[in-house]
Amino acid sequence: MAPGARRRKRWYGHGLPYLKLGPLPGHLIVIEGTDGVGRSTQIEMLRSWLEVEGYAVSNTGWTRSPLLSETINEAKAGHYLTVTTFSLLYAADFADRLEHQIIPSLKAGFVVIADRYMYTAFARNAVMGANPGWTRQLFGVALVPDLILYLEIDLEHLVPRVLAGKGMNYWESGMYLALGTDIFESFDRYQRRLLEEYDRLADEFRFVRVDARRSVEEIQNDLRAHIAQYLATAGQLAVAPPADAGASRGR
Amino acid sequence: MSDSLLNLPHPYPGRLIAVEGVDGSGKSTQLLLLQRWLAARGYRVHFTEWNSSRLVRRSMKRGKKKDLLTPTTFSLLHAVDFADRLTYQIMPPLKAGMIVLADRYAFTAFGRDVARGVHPEWVRAVYSFAPRPDLTLYFRVPIEVSLERLLAGRSKLKYHEAGMDLGLAANPVESFRLFQSRVLDTYDRLTGEFGLEVMDATAEIKTLQKAVRRVVQAMLRHYDGPRDRKGRNGSRR
Repeated sequence: MAPGARRRKRWYGHGLPYLKLGPLPGHLIVIEGTDGVGRSTQIEMLRSWLEVEGYAVSNTGWTRSPLLSETINEAKAGHYLTVTTFSLLYAADFADRLEHQIIPSLKAGFVVIADRYMYTAFARNAVMGANPGWTRQLFGVALVPDLILYLEIDLEHLVPRVLAGKGMNYWESGMYLALGTDIFESFDRYQRRLLEEYDRLADEFRFVRVDARRSVEEIQNDLRAHIAQYLATAGQLAVAPPADAGASRGR
Repeated sequence: MSDSLLNLPHPYPGRLIAVEGVDGSGKSTQLLLLQRWLAARGYRVHFTEWNSSRLVRRSMKRGKKKDLLTPTTFSLLHAVDFADRLTYQIMPPLKAGMIVLADRYAFTAFGRDVARGVHPEWVRAVYSFAPRPDLTLYFRVPIEVSLERLLAGRSKLKYHEAGMDLGLAANPVESFRLFQSRVLDTYDRLTGEFGLEVMDATAEIKTLQKAVRRVVQAMLRHYDGPRDRKGRNGSRR
């Protein structure tokens, strides 16, 4: 039995009908969390750890596709996007990385760590007032991840972290929504709404919640524990008798 | 896609006319002549063309040059282009009561992208924010005729126009035949679904334009938009 057959990856919606997926023995692990919560630091540490453990790792990040990243940055600089064009650009960026990076890496047996996934679009679009059904249909081309780790934080802990880091920027503060008269106020309201939305999504899509109010090391330990547990389960299924193959993992 | 705006008449005072058809069907020529006629009759007309927004130009170019585009990203980039033009070029004149002429509309995506292999329901969902045109003229022409017209005008077919990205055939002309036949099939299915007005595009230019003007005139019967007293020469953009 092919190793990838044990846990069939599923499309979130209609998928990519022209692609014959074949076995995908790799693992798709998503790290979600709001702006400034510390995702990239954690992902860097996860990568080193997994590589030491002998797993090949491929990172992929929101808006980092070779096809779209320049266009997205340019458009953001010009501020002439609407919620519709914004969403479509995100979806195009995502599709480019999915087909050129995520799927090939999964085929090759890599652990793919995605810095944000479609849930980011779901959360932001809900806050921006886009039709939620439409956003979800757009991302019907996505693969359902094997594990979604959500770095959960509250505003009280987020604000100092953001200020100590890159500071509050126009987009992450939702200034384009004109929610407040200054950037602090806008950040506060925008991120509060985003966090509420993430919270809803966490229940709906069964994110594993990781308390991100703690130190970098404590968060990292938790993330590793969840990933190790997942990989162990995935490994066990590999040696299970064929009758049990394909049994749902309860996700 | 029952909640798609493409299934409902739009509520705006203007009129939206779209033309569709495979490459080489003559639709752009017909639209230009229609625009001249409408402008000469004093109507305020705005023209917009598929894949012309600045927003995705760089990505589109890069994607085509380096062969980075997949059927899905190809489809989504065109959707970005469309959404951008909808915001800045289609909706304002439509709300201002003008006549908007669109050279290709969402149906192009339903034809081409589905011929490239994306899911028909997915692409309909992607474009569900598009208002329904008051009139969509579909210039129907056999593949051989469009091929002849295209090759008469230039030395060779464009890569994506011929569907070379699909690897259907190594020869561009053969690939064009196979790809555009698929597009033609999907267009045929769209005529019923969205009520496209089928025009026989094998007819000669003048005869065809007469038929176009007749259909447009009928559609404009209850239109009461802004109109100049004296006819103006319409200029594009």
